[in-house]
Amino acid sequence: MAQCQSTFDFRLYDFQTKNMKLTLKIWRQKNAAAEGKIVEYPIDHIEPDMSFLEMLDILNDELIMKGDEPVAFDHDCREGICGMCSLYINGEAHGPDRGVTTCQLHMRMFKDGDTIFIEPFRAKAFPVIKDLVVDRSSFDRIQHAGGFISVNTSGNTIDANTIPINKKDADTAFDSAACIGCGACVASCKNSSAMLFVAAKVSQYALLPQGRIEATDRVLNMVSQMDAEGFGNCTNTGACEVECPKGISLENIARMNREYMSASLKG
Amino acid sequence: MALDSKIPNGPIADKWTNYKDHINLVNPANKRNLDVIIVGTGLAGGSAAATLAELGYNVKAFCFQDSPRRAHSIAAQGGINAAKNYKGDGDSVHRLFYDTVKGGDYRAREANVHRLAEVSSNIIDQCVAQGVPLAREYGGLLDNRSFGGTLVSRTFYAQGQTGQQLLLGAYSAMNRQIGRGKVKMYNRHEMLDLVVVNGKARGIIARNLVTGEIERHSAHAVVIASGGYGNVFFLSTNAMGSNATAAWKIHKKGAFFANPCYTQIHPTCIPVSGEHQSKLTLMSESLRNDGRIWVPAKLEDAQAIREGKKKATDLSEAERDYFLERRYPAFGNLVPRDVASRAAKERCDAGFGVNKTGEAVYLDFAAAIQRYGNEQAYVKGLDTKDTKLVTKLGTELVKSKYGNLFQMYYKIVDEDPYTSPMMIYPAVHYTMGGTWVDYNLQTTIPGCFSIGESNFSDHGANRLGASALMQGLADGYFVLPYTIGDYLAPDIKMGTISTDLPEFVAAEKAVKDQIDKFMNNNGTHSVDYFHKKLGKIMWDKVGMARNEKGLNEAIVEIAALREEFYKDVKVPGTDKGFNQELEKATRVADFLELGELFAKDALHRNESCGGHFREEYQTEEGEAQRDDENFAYVAAWEYTGKPSEAVLHKEPLVFDNVKLVQRSYK
Repeated sequence: MAQCQSTFDFRLYDFQTKNMKLTLKIWRQKNAAAEGKIVEYPIDHIEPDMSFLEMLDILNDELIMKGDEPVAFDHDCREGICGMCSLYINGEAHGPDRGVTTCQLHMRMFKDGDTIFIEPFRAKAFPVIKDLVVDRSSFDRIQHAGGFISVNTSGNTIDANTIPINKKDADTAFDSAACIGCGACVASCKNSSAMLFVAAKVSQYALLPQGRIEATDRVLNMVSQMDAEGFGNCTNTGACEVECPKGISLENIARMNREYMSASLKG
Repeated sequence: MALDSKIPNGPIADKWTNYKDHINLVNPANKRNLDVIIVGTGLAGGSAAATLAELGYNVKAFCFQDSPRRAHSIAAQGGINAAKNYKGDGDSVHRLFYDTVKGGDYRAREANVHRLAEVSSNIIDQCVAQGVPLAREYGGLLDNRSFGGTLVSRTFYAQGQTGQQLLLGAYSAMNRQIGRGKVKMYNRHEMLDLVVVNGKARGIIARNLVTGEIERHSAHAVVIASGGYGNVFFLSTNAMGSNATAAWKIHKKGAFFANPCYTQIHPTCIPVSGEHQSKLTLMSESLRNDGRIWVPAKLEDAQAIREGKKKATDLSEAERDYFLERRYPAFGNLVPRDVASRAAKERCDAGFGVNKTGEAVYLDFAAAIQRYGNEQAYVKGLDTKDTKLVTKLGTELVKSKYGNLFQMYYKIVDEDPYTSPMMIYPAVHYTMGGTWVDYNLQTTIPGCFSIGESNFSDHGANRLGASALMQGLADGYFVLPYTIGDYLAPDIKMGTISTDLPEFVAAEKAVKDQIDKFMNNNGTHSVDYFHKKLGKIMWDKVGMARNEKGLNEAIVEIAALREEFYKDVKVPGTDKGFNQELEKATRVADFLELGELFAKDALHRNESCGGHFREEYQTEEGEAQRDDENFAYVAAWEYTGKPSEAVLHKEPLVFDNVKLVQRSYK
């Protein structure tokens, strides 16, 4: 690495950075049973090129050095696909940018001197574990109830090209399947409804011939589990669609309602 | 101990079939008396959990994420290879086998690779049956695209989110079994040790990451599917939580670790922007189909660009060095990943880098925009001399092909890649090395299996694009379910294994002791401080190009850093609840050992092959120089108490079906 500067000695470079000074107001809660509150943290030397989570990394490093407990928040892939990160930033799930998750949100979306409120995704079905971390296993349980096609692994299923699928249907099924299960739809909904999430899964299978076979049971079982988990009802405000980082459309909810109606009549 | 790869006899094309015909089977009624633990729920672990549960075994699956759906397989973009020959372009099982062995620079085990190629078609059938929405043509049949290192179109895909869709398919199959009670899912749990009883793997010690409780779990077999160890470099395209702890813990309990120095550095990633950088983002390999890679030809221009006094677009054609096209006229910008990465590093090391850190080269679409624009104008009968129009049409076409990637680049870098070239730099992406396994995917500990990226088996010294997804699912859906049955057959009358055995007590105590040590250490630096330092040593001295001096230094420096870590790391909070710093500490402790073995392996391999480049072993033109006479073997390391004192065991690689030749891309 003769002439090439190392990756981490960044202070050796002459960065022309714009330092931002911010006030963070963050929800702190020791555990599920404890009461939470908003705590204020000033933070300095934030650069516009940092991601929002990198800004929190810096805060946490400072807190650790001061002997405080760092702020707990969920995150993993940091490229917008795993669905692990959440955060309700200034009243919006995944913050002010559109079509991105919190991990893809950059500090250039904020101004020097801003105050930023950071809270967990709030819903009865998403209890807080600690600080900004919530338990979204209710989403998993809805999938256990019917988010699958009942085929065993065998190596003897029919050849993949035996049943042609109309490209438009396949593409629409893909658009529904692009849901990352982050829960922004629930957090954005005034009723804490999980309709967009459930509808995306129901739609993916409803649009494909493989999925039609169990369509009736699937929609009834998944909706029943959704209700049992304590999610609210849908009143068509459309907030979920606006805040969804993957652009899952409200048409999915309309499709699920049709599926549910027809399944109820059959059932 | 001599390594027995347990490769079945007979011609390569018949091995797997013959093997399946002669293994021990467990009858369905007895399967319900057998428990299997699976650690990790990505493509390999998720597919194995679902399949074993369908067969009737009781599966306990563990993941550190809040849901099995979030494992890092989800981030794979490009696609999955399968020898379907749907395009009628001459593909076959043999060709996929051959391409994979050659792409791996002749350092993979032939029999495993052939089996992988054989089951590749079944994977596509299975995924479509599960409702995975793979891309289709207008006629309704499945679409394919081409990837690097092959002459056929065999890559199936779901836009740029193939990994996501395949993982959600495996997750759905798991969900069905969780609903039936056949898979017991442990989310937010981390395996912290393996329990070995009478020489066999019989359970694990795991930490419940929410409550902090240390738990004992027993089973008749343990499957490690915890992915690769790329995060030993701190910065990589891996997820933040991706770690080597499960794989490293089994290594310390007796599983040999193979070829740790084989690491893939992907050429097209978004460069580091500063010290705050927490991870790196990959831009799909497909961009090299149309993008041209260059740096300024003159040092003073590179300097001026770094200082912001000049822009890329200020430089004329003559002032640019399209170094891949210059060095490799035949393959140009489409040379394999290892070759492209090294060439970019060479230019940056010589001072031609173009971003503020000096570690970036341009990936330029201006020529492609003009070419496509001209074509579009011609097809539409418009004026091809109207430059504004041509640029507009070309931009639209490039947008339709790569729009989502350009958008991602724009969001991260805040620069418009349609009007100024992208900046890219290589980053750690995948690890070909991993736990040594035999043909049964069993490690050197009986009853402990390793599948997917966590094992070493199929990619040799370099993995081809779109082959990781194939291997993960092949292992989980179609290979392990057979081989594990053969192992478990004698255990059917054994009954549940007690977690009160002294081996469980001892393993749990060791885990608790380590955690107590961290909690009471009261040092002065955070875990990340040490992880970054380790990453810097690894990148500088064990990265894209390595030499004897640097590797020797790295071994000493890593050992010293590890000592400092144990003395001076600070883990805040309590271990009796959710504590992300403690999670990081246990992971980094293992990376600090793995890194040392990694360097030792790189030091011992006196040749260059695939992702392993030793500066002393290169041709006059600066290409990798293999030494088949002395190094055509798998290096499997046995832990003896200190990584640098690991004992080497060699598994000779025999090539009966492929002729070894020097790779050339000129």
